[in-house]
Amino acid sequence: MKIRIRGLEFSYSSIQALKDVTIDIYESEIVAVVGPNGSGKSTLLKCIDKILKPQKGVILINGKDVKDFSQIEIAKTVGYVPQSIKQFFPATVFEVVLMGRKPYLGWRCSRKDLEKVFEVLKLLNIKNIAMRDFNELSGGQQQKVLIARALAQEPEVLLLDEPTANLDIKHQLEVMEIIRKIVKEKGITAIVAIHDLNLASRYTDRIVMMYEGKIFAAGEPFSVLTPSNIRTVYGVEVKVINDNGIIHIIPLQYACNMYESEW
Amino acid sequence: MMDTTLLQVKREYERYIGRKLLFIIFTSTLIIMVAGISATLGSYSISVLEVYSTILKCLISHPENTKESIIWNLRMPRIILAIISGAGLASSGAMTQGILRNPLATPYTLGISSAAGFGAAIAIILSKGIFAGKYVIVGNAFLFSLIPTFVILALARFKGATPETMILAGIAMMYIFSAVTTILMYFARSEAVKSAYLWMVGDLGRASWEIIPTMFISLLICFTLLMWKTWDVNVMMIAGDEVAKSLGVNPERERIFVMLVSAFLTASIISFTGTIGFICLVAPHICRMIIGSDYRYLLPASTLFGGTLLLTCDTIARTILAPVILPVGVVTNCLGGPMFLYLLIKRKKEYW
Repeated sequence: MKIRIRGLEFSYSSIQALKDVTIDIYESEIVAVVGPNGSGKSTLLKCIDKILKPQKGVILINGKDVKDFSQIEIAKTVGYVPQSIKQFFPATVFEVVLMGRKPYLGWRCSRKDLEKVFEVLKLLNIKNIAMRDFNELSGGQQQKVLIARALAQEPEVLLLDEPTANLDIKHQLEVMEIIRKIVKEKGITAIVAIHDLNLASRYTDRIVMMYEGKIFAAGEPFSVLTPSNIRTVYGVEVKVINDNGIIHIIPLQYACNMYESEW
Repeated sequence: MMDTTLLQVKREYERYIGRKLLFIIFTSTLIIMVAGISATLGSYSISVLEVYSTILKCLISHPENTKESIIWNLRMPRIILAIISGAGLASSGAMTQGILRNPLATPYTLGISSAAGFGAAIAIILSKGIFAGKYVIVGNAFLFSLIPTFVILALARFKGATPETMILAGIAMMYIFSAVTTILMYFARSEAVKSAYLWMVGDLGRASWEIIPTMFISLLICFTLLMWKTWDVNVMMIAGDEVAKSLGVNPERERIFVMLVSAFLTASIISFTGTIGFICLVAPHICRMIIGSDYRYLLPASTLFGGTLLLTCDTIARTILAPVILPVGVVTNCLGGPMFLYLLIKRKKEYW
């Protein structure tokens, strides 16, 4: 078992973002966290990475409480891929990826650190853009660079915050396939916060559906992504088609429960 | 096929680092050349070779004649003061831009300059200061310039040391100190107002061998401390606070540390020279355009380039209207503004 979360609670001053979250996540597993905006997906990822400190509950990684990890230890264990952000200063792709070696660096960066950067550049097939400015890249390329940076940390757990947002369909598939390939080849664990339910069902082993800070449902895609779950959590009517084990979710209409009851 | 490309990337990276090192070596050479040329200029004409031989000679013995005395006792302190001041202002400017993730930020944004100006104005207009004697202005300017830093520090404990909090607090402080300075000037005699105002423009006329060692040591210590933090600032600048945390950097702690060191360095310079503008903004940007933002190289490059730039400006200030010597602050602002605009238009890359 890789990550064990028990009774996790987190509040931003007055708003409670996570309520009693309890879940186990295993090795070599890729888990999608889905749910409407503000349901606590990003907060959960940030708590696992110790960016936020939960008020209650425990998170164990390999049996060790996250609280007992130093910031450097966490950085060597967990890689975090944020949503693509605008740089204020120019930085080359190489420099951005090299930052992933920060937890291992003294003041000088060694040959080994550089080799590791070359390795992940090759793995993600972005070595041809290594010397380009990060800001000049397309959204898909930027996302790959950010994943490369997280991999340069040599993490055992990879957290991705909406890696496919703002990407075209080709890059959505490419990024998800890269994540899946890395997880299976390196035997690491990935937790992906994602909005696209079709992508989630296609590329992940398990889905955790969150609703108002709580885990509403968790399990294999077909058992979680049911019309009734989606209606309750998102307030949307959908049709779910099971095409030889691949689930397709077709949105039908917006169906806010409140109006329904008034009718 | 795959491996050749990877090899190409490695070569390209080595060339990229090589270019940065080349720029640093180039600026170091430039600084020595400009210093040599600057020492020849003035009412007493001296050749470049004479300058270098005199400097080498005076390093071991005392100056013997008028010529040597002019070079060693009049021109050299001013040249060295220009280099140290430019270097210190540029290095603290470069690091402040990084920690605040804002290309327009300088130590002055954090209120240091207007507080120093107020301290100096008290000493000049009211003749009151914490230290007595000839260091009354210096002492006042230095102590007052640290006030905004400590206010920001205190504020950061409650509101978090985010760039937004720090910049807004700094700007608030700037307005407060400007206002009280204006009140002070409003009721002062006109000569005192003039000298207080000129202090704020910034001038290297107070150069003497006496102050050089203190300033040099403070530059050396602060530069070393800043150099030590270049990796952390790289991460904060490139990745932002959240990702910096996930990479094992404590952004708030590092931000405060770098702010304290930069503020101390800036204060130790401007309390002697007055608030020389533009160097702390322009020098880092010019270097960034040439060698990129990796602070491991950008910091030393900005430091050397800042020294060269201020020395060049001061040489112009001394010679352009000779025998009148302009305050160097006027020249940095006059040249810095257009130069900055030119660079903005010419820049190739998407910058901010």
